Amino acid sequence: MSNSIISIKDLSFGYGDRLLHKGIDMEFPRGKVSAIMGGSGSGKTTILRLIGGQLKPTSGQVEVDGTIVHKQNRDGIYRLRRKMGMLFQHGALFSDLSVFENVAFPMREHTNLPENIIKDLVLLKLNAVGLRGAAYLMPPELSGGMARRVALARAIALDPDIIMYDEPFAGLDPISMAVICDLIRSLNDALGATSIIVTHDVAETFSFADYIYFVADGVVAAEGSPKQLMASKLPFVKQFIHAEKDGPVPFHYDAPSMKEDFAL
Amino acid sequence: MNINTKTLLKFFEKIGRSFSVRALRLGAATRLFYLILIYSADSFKRIHLTIREIYFTGVMSLVIIIVSAFFVGMVLGLQGYYTLQKYGSSEAIGVLVALSLVRELGPVVTALLFAGRAGTSITAEIGLMKATEQLSAMEMMAVSPVARIIAPRFWAGVIAMPILASIFSMVGVLGGYVVAVPIIGVDEGAFWSQMQANVDFRFDIVNGLIKSVVFGIACTIIALFEGFDAPPTAEGVSRATTRTVVTSSLAILGLDFVLTSFMISG
Amino acid sequence: MDKIKLDAWVGIFVAIGVISLLGLAMKVGNLTSNDIRETYMVTANFENIGGLKPRAPVKGAGVVVGRVNSIVFDTEAYHAIVSIDIDKRYVFPKDTFANIYTAGLLGEQYIGLEAGGEEKNLEQGDRIIQTQDAVVLEKLISQFLYTKASEEE
Repeated sequence: MSNSIISIKDLSFGYGDRLLHKGIDMEFPRGKVSAIMGGSGSGKTTILRLIGGQLKPTSGQVEVDGTIVHKQNRDGIYRLRRKMGMLFQHGALFSDLSVFENVAFPMREHTNLPENIIKDLVLLKLNAVGLRGAAYLMPPELSGGMARRVALARAIALDPDIIMYDEPFAGLDPISMAVICDLIRSLNDALGATSIIVTHDVAETFSFADYIYFVADGVVAAEGSPKQLMASKLPFVKQFIHAEKDGPVPFHYDAPSMKEDFAL
Repeated sequence: MNINTKTLLKFFEKIGRSFSVRALRLGAATRLFYLILIYSADSFKRIHLTIREIYFTGVMSLVIIIVSAFFVGMVLGLQGYYTLQKYGSSEAIGVLVALSLVRELGPVVTALLFAGRAGTSITAEIGLMKATEQLSAMEMMAVSPVARIIAPRFWAGVIAMPILASIFSMVGVLGGYVVAVPIIGVDEGAFWSQMQANVDFRFDIVNGLIKSVVFGIACTIIALFEGFDAPPTAEGVSRATTRTVVTSSLAILGLDFVLTSFMISG
Repeated sequence: MDKIKLDAWVGIFVAIGVISLLGLAMKVGNLTSNDIRETYMVTANFENIGGLKPRAPVKGAGVVVGRVNSIVFDTEAYHAIVSIDIDKRYVFPKDTFANIYTAGLLGEQYIGLEAGGEEKNLEQGDRIIQTQDAVVLEKLISQFLYTKASEEE
């Protein structure tokens, strides 16, 4: 068995003729926190959906725990997904269920545990994210950071092997951000899981990720540990890490020449 | 190519596109219907999900149904009396009220109100669930949203509609009674006996029920599909909600014509 | 909303629906009054059926005993053949008289059966021989005018 729980090989994906990914190769080693970084619209989230089997690749393949995702039928994909937990960008809590019921949802759907054990498990998971006291609130009563933490508790409800995070820091204040960073690292190590984070927040990601992939123009532009990337001389990586407004990623959207537009 | 041919071409292109878009959506809606039927067994195992939805679609529509039915019945009574008394047959008022309610107004007005009250809230709810990635999240948890969210709502609508239509017709008849007997002074015995002599259980009441079941299927499928198909933005959801009302109303009236002509000729 | 309260509401909802349907069937409709289950069919020929329609009532002494099943035109004899379903509980002698009457001045038309004196009863597929046509208003009026005119002469 290889050391990687997920390996992506020569993956291409696009809508119609427009290819979003043009041959991506990635490896996600067991027990590590890996990050996928890139600008907005570079198709980072799409990679997570391809891993989860919600989308089918145009060519190439995604292998999760030795099985090729897109060759599975519905049941096979559902079996794979039970090994995964995913945290959506804004939490995606079920708005008609309480915090408790949200976390209990995967347990009720996939196990036949008696009610008192479900209760203990839910409270344990909520305790892990520091929200045991909020168990009986409804999602609209939560702040953005709290909603994210509840969603995290729900994602780890069935102790998954793989936890995926889609923009876990988007729209959070610095304190909530630090809390989430800490949770991602500690939960990963406590559960012995593999974490994949899709994000564009440089400082946070570099502080705790083990390995980072940069995606640009549909290919992996750079990869390495945070240390290696900080030292990278690649212009794109430099621009991204130091947030320079012009560089290989141009400030101007493709446009006709000035002369033409202003009729000079 | 001169300008006229160009505009003409554009015109046909537009027509063609709107046709192909509609065909595509109809196909997608049919697919959804098929999926619902496949996953129905799953959702029947957990009947409380469907019961919960019957509460939201049926019980919550009860007040508007009862109030509208009572007024519709009273208006029918007044209008019917006004016309019938010219021919000296004001006792037939009961027949008029009962037949118009049981055959037409009961199922049709109930379905129109249902589309406005329950259909829109179904579309908005599903559209929002999609926009906030709740449906995606459910899929990622290896739970089918069709089994957990869509199918229970579908069956709730199909069950609630004939119940609401029966209530509408009955309350409407009572509304007609209130106007005809105590207010206008039509003989009570004549009111009921003429009604009973002319309203047939199989041909009028059962046919009305069949209509409301068909409307229930159409309304709920349209509401669910529009929600499921809505672009995940605030604007997309609000437009889908409007479309639910428009499409359902047209579908109800069109189906009503088809069903009525089948029932009368058969 | 807790589950028990919700179930109770849905229960009430369904109960109101069932009561309404029963009310429609019993009070508004004819499920109780003349519920005709098993029938036998007889035919009757008429020269003119007036406004008689399929599913019109068939009455004996004013009680509904059956319904008109179908009306067809016989192209050989040029008259109408009316098939009638009569409830098995009611028997009529072979020489029963079938009339087409009108309920009220402008009401619907129905068939009235008047029993004869024969001992044998009508059976499935029999034909009622003695019939009387519908009264056509125009004929009545012209007849009236004709007699008036002849009286004055």
